[in-house]
Amino acid sequence: MEILNNFFLIALPYIALALFLVGSIYRYTHKGYKVSSLSSQFLEGRRLFYGAVPFHWGVFFLFFGHLIAVLFPRGVLAWNSQPVRLMILEISAFIFGISMLIGLINLFIRRYTTPRLKYVTNKMDLVIYILLITQTAFGLWIAYNFRWGSSWFSTLLTPYIYSIFKLQPDISAVSLLPWAVKIHIIIAFTIVAIIPFSRLIHFLVYPLNYLWRPYQQIRWNWGRKSVRSPKTAWSLHRPKNN
Amino acid sequence: MDIRSQISMVFHLDKCIGCHTCSVACKNIWTDRKGAEYMWWNNVETKPGTGYPGKWEDQEIYRGGWEKKNGKVRLKGAGKRRGLTNIFYNPNLPVIDDYYEPFTYKYLDLIEAPQGDVQPTARPVSLITGEPIDIKMGPNWDDDLSGTLDYGRNDPNLQNLTQAEQEVMFQLEKMAFFYLPRICNHCLNPACVASCPSGAIYKRGEDGVVLINQEVCRAWRMCVTACPYKKSYYNWHAGKSEKCILCFPRLEAGLAPACMHSCVGRIRYLGVLLYDADKIKDTVHLDDQELVDAHRDMILDPFDENVIREAKKNGIADSTIHAAQFSPVYKYVKEWKLALPLHAEFRTLPMLFYVPPLLPVMASLKQVDNTEDSKKMNPIAKYWDDNWLYDTSTKELFGSLDQVRFPLKYLANMFSIGDEEKIKDKWKKLMAVRIHRRRKTVGDVSDEKANEVLKAAGLTEEQADGIFYLTALAKFEDRFVIPPAHREQAIEMLDFTGDVKGSTGFGFKSKPKRGI
Ligand code: HEM
Ligand code: SF4
Ligand code: SF4
Repeated sequence: MEILNNFFLIALPYIALALFLVGSIYRYTHKGYKVSSLSSQFLEGRRLFYGAVPFHWGVFFLFFGHLIAVLFPRGVLAWNSQPVRLMILEISAFIFGISMLIGLINLFIRRYTTPRLKYVTNKMDLVIYILLITQTAFGLWIAYNFRWGSSWFSTLLTPYIYSIFKLQPDISAVSLLPWAVKIHIIIAFTIVAIIPFSRLIHFLVYPLNYLWRPYQQIRWNWGRKSVRSPKTAWSLHRPKNN
Repeated sequence: MDIRSQISMVFHLDKCIGCHTCSVACKNIWTDRKGAEYMWWNNVETKPGTGYPGKWEDQEIYRGGWEKKNGKVRLKGAGKRRGLTNIFYNPNLPVIDDYYEPFTYKYLDLIEAPQGDVQPTARPVSLITGEPIDIKMGPNWDDDLSGTLDYGRNDPNLQNLTQAEQEVMFQLEKMAFFYLPRICNHCLNPACVASCPSGAIYKRGEDGVVLINQEVCRAWRMCVTACPYKKSYYNWHAGKSEKCILCFPRLEAGLAPACMHSCVGRIRYLGVLLYDADKIKDTVHLDDQELVDAHRDMILDPFDENVIREAKKNGIADSTIHAAQFSPVYKYVKEWKLALPLHAEFRTLPMLFYVPPLLPVMASLKQVDNTEDSKKMNPIAKYWDDNWLYDTSTKELFGSLDQVRFPLKYLANMFSIGDEEKIKDKWKKLMAVRIHRRRKTVGDVSDEKANEVLKAAGLTEEQADGIFYLTALAKFEDRFVIPPAHREQAIEMLDFTGDVKGSTGFGFKSKPKRGI
């Protein structure tokens, strides 16, 4: 038991984070052509709606929900101090979880029953689906059976995650948690580990920059004012036809 | 004034014979790859017709281009807010069936089929799934089918024509059609660039070519929606969007783009235009009636001292300015005002201009009695009992202008945002050049009449001869005036590009393999 706990709750997170960091940076900088959401809407554009939309909005909110619990545990606890607010938080999180699960199942069925999609599907897609569906199912299971997650997450899991980042892993509390929660943690780190090796890389390149960049983009090969300036490096080899 | 230069094009529609050589030349060089089979960066469609993808001009369906609402100009189906919230599922994305499912035939079956009582056949199979399919649509499937209910009558440009006008167009004996070759317009206000959330699409400063950086494209597929001409395509295999690159590697080497080089009808012209980029914003905000003229007004006179000085200040090379002075595009668009942009109302400021077609629409038919003539013929030759004659007479000045076979409105919907006078103006010019040349070569037109026609069309004799020369006699160097590249030291030029032929294109050092 001890060995298993040590491996899955200490070693795995470090392996996962290392793979994630090195892999993602390498893929982004060296394999730009392979970084893509690999949209399949062009081949099947109707059923995707019932999968991609509920799934992504679900992930979107749950991802930030977990992130907030890690970053601001006291804030979450303070919010939860009133039962009404706790209920609002828990119920909406649960709804997003359901939405995510429904979306995932729709995506899964769509992908494996549309003949055209077979040709843009690889083994990694299957791995991702299995991991995500299991993870979501466990998440919902935990939310339902071990209430109230948003509160105990902040007191139990947040310190664990901090301890990992501080390079002083402390699993004394986590190792006592029910096995379902442990599996949820293990799959979470597995997903982190495979991000650079799967299509999941796509959410790292969410184009936030679009918000503040101008609509039109002009690129000059040389600074257009400096092309004719004798002070630029090009003056050594001025194009003969200029 | 912020002067930039743009490699720009004119297609002379009177001369297009609809041979699709251009499309094939392009396909062989750029899109003969998996995922790109269905793409035709250059395509030729029959008009009236629905085009490719079907009914692409109908922006109520495809929601491409910019729209002006309450004085504001915004992307119709994309943009910052919509782009980022619809990113998981783009409600306005065309799907492959709007183009067609790429296919091939099982040719090998013809050879390998065992001996039998019936001829073996080569069944069509999908290039996506490899399964046999029933072909519903294909490249130029609608070729010459303007008279049909499915294609001709579904043309979005017929929308504001009355039923009677449409009936006239589709009368069997009067039916006319023409070809419309299309490539990316390398617009000045490109919707594709504006819609790309990753910022992968950009316009090159030096020559205005619009490109998609394949390393940065993330398949958010917004450009496919945003381009009103549907000239940005999604590669379903690679998960990247691709578009016409105006053969920039050829341009940089001083060669004409493949579609233009191969054009059998010699309808294509390419040259530099200098324009004032400061005017882009104001121009796209104008009302429909002013848009076409204002678009042309952005183009600057390359002989003007002031323009030359400002252009140099902006780093435009002498050789580019020189090329601009000899640009056939400048002549057609600005000097002779003969060429118009296609669907300027999309407000992308397209830089590909069309000389509207005259021949198929102007020629009228008249009934003649040719029994006398028939009698004189050898009986064997008497197969021709048709007494309709193609009327090429020039009795009246612009007599046939009023008997055109298309309602002017139809062409006006395509080339001048509904302004029929503009089309009429072009037709007059085209007619006047013909009458003027007829005076010179056939001699059955009086000087008086020819001069009157030229005056009415607003052309001088030199201009008419110039139009005639560039239309009918122009040599390769007259049609394509390509400024020497100034990218010699650019990094793209250092790679050996030959070793990526047949793959994604230029600029890669590794094989463009699909991600996992
Ligand atoms: C906010 C960031 C995200 C954006 C912008 C985004 C966008 C997209 C897009 C455009 C697609 C392609 C849909 C299509 O076929 O057209 C996609 C697919 C997918 N995304 Fe995301 N995504 C994000 C976050 C995530 C996250 C956090 C996950 C999982 C943890 C995820 C998992 C998936 C999966 C599994 C697919 C494949 C769906 C399928 O086609 O079967 N995405 N995403
Ligand atoms: S025609 Fe379309 S793809 Fe080409 S520049 Fe204009 S908007 Fe972009
Ligand atoms: S090659 Fe020229 S003539 Fe032939 S279809 Fe293309 S544009 Fe028309």
